[in-house]
Amino acid sequence: MLHSLGGKKMKHIRIISKNALQDTIHTGACGECQTSCQSACKTSMTVGNQVCLKSERK
Amino acid sequence: MKHLVHQFHFKDKYLAFDVVSNTLLELDVMSYRVLELYSEDIAIDEIIRIIKSEGFEESSEEVRETILDIIKMKEERSLFNEEIIPNGSLFGDDAIIKAMCLHIAHDCNLRCKYCFASSGHFGGKRRMLDIETGKAAVDFLILQSKNRKHLEIDFFGGEPLMNFEVIKVLVEYVKEQAKLHDKIIKLTLTTNGVLLADDIRDYLNKENISLVLSLDGRKEINDNMRYTLDGSSSYDVIVPNLQATVASRDNENYYVRGTYTSKNIDFAADVKHMSDLGFRYISVEPVVAPEDMQYALTNKHLQQIQQEYEKLVEVYIQSLGTEQEFYFFHFNVDLENGPCVAKRLSGCGAGHHYVAVTPEGDIYPCHQFVGKEDFLLGNVKGGINRLEIINQFKETNIYTKPLCRECWARFMCAGGCHANAYGFNQDINQPYQIACEITKKRLEAALYIKAHQS
Repeated sequence: MLHSLGGKKMKHIRIISKNALQDTIHTGACGECQTSCQSACKTSMTVGNQVCLKSERK
Repeated sequence: MKHLVHQFHFKDKYLAFDVVSNTLLELDVMSYRVLELYSEDIAIDEIIRIIKSEGFEESSEEVRETILDIIKMKEERSLFNEEIIPNGSLFGDDAIIKAMCLHIAHDCNLRCKYCFASSGHFGGKRRMLDIETGKAAVDFLILQSKNRKHLEIDFFGGEPLMNFEVIKVLVEYVKEQAKLHDKIIKLTLTTNGVLLADDIRDYLNKENISLVLSLDGRKEINDNMRYTLDGSSSYDVIVPNLQATVASRDNENYYVRGTYTSKNIDFAADVKHMSDLGFRYISVEPVVAPEDMQYALTNKHLQQIQQEYEKLVEVYIQSLGTEQEFYFFHFNVDLENGPCVAKRLSGCGAGHHYVAVTPEGDIYPCHQFVGKEDFLLGNVKGGINRLEIINQFKETNIYTKPLCRECWARFMCAGGCHANAYGFNQDINQPYQIACEITKKRLEAALYIKAHQS
């Protein structure tokens, strides 16, 4: 949970989670992650439910 | 810039989600309105004027500081990130299959009204997988997985435990072949629980097989859709079996999974019921059925369904920190360690990373396509002979689906279920929109919970 930005506290905005997903376009695609069936007859994974195997190993 | 940030009001919170970076912010009413105006490319002084004219009490200086905070976040790439659209496949040119839905039995010991598999036979013959075909399926997966180390096999049906002896032989074969080829093969089994007796549950625990256990919730809801061959209650048979099963595995390594229909749009009560029964890992899913079926979910149910997810959030939050704390599958969203962009573009991987194999050894893009002859890819004994279909699935991603391109949830959802898109729109590039709306609401709920817990 972050309230500050570059050392300055923000009064009206709270950063709950700061991420840079776009950077994984250069580092990802190892293809080792779990398959994420999206059909409702199993348990449909919106991929957001998953964890990256690479970052889990770190 | 408007489509780059999704702003929404959920229960007591005002939230903003940066689509491309996955950054999540909580705002107050004033900063929420400022962000809306800034997204519309309105100049700073004009934003201040509008905010003041709308009666906000904050001083002009405070409004200006808020705008500057937003600009700073934009410079730091936390807000309004532009999308980099990759050229070609991020997974290379090879067709690599690493996950398999292995249909152990095309028969079932329940007769559920909404079953997409037509009570287990998928429109074909009632048939069991034999050992030879099962082993050929494992060999096929290992061969097609090329240099991938982590593979998955889901024992599926019909009801796979109707063919338990074959499962046992195949588990031994999987272990032997995994060792030989230096693979890690994760096993899951999807079962209705009717046959989960002591010896079977001990075996599944010993072999560390993850379970997906079917139950729809309250007895009257479950039994209205799921009944035995003679039409009697399945709840009375299943619930004791499921409870004993999860207890025998320390309440871990499973999901109890239900389906809701137009007959139980108050499904939060079913989730609560499953939690009361002692289940910790719970998922419920909307039924996928043609609109003319009595139990189908249609546009007219959407608002009620969306409100029900808000109720479910309350049930979920109330359980936190208590002995009955449970995990609701769709509320578990990992913003920090989620999958990479490549995964988020390609989604489930049906038809190129993931296939289904029938008891005859026939290969389909996924279990939902089984029996649709236009999608028959080949056979585990003869290999793939319709590479063009594999390529079609491989080239399908959020950028080939017009509805997904501008959807705020595209990197969380990855484009939805191809089979549903095909089923409703005869086109894997046209998502099934009721599922889209439900998915978006579930994601908003998950983001709200993140904000609540942080």
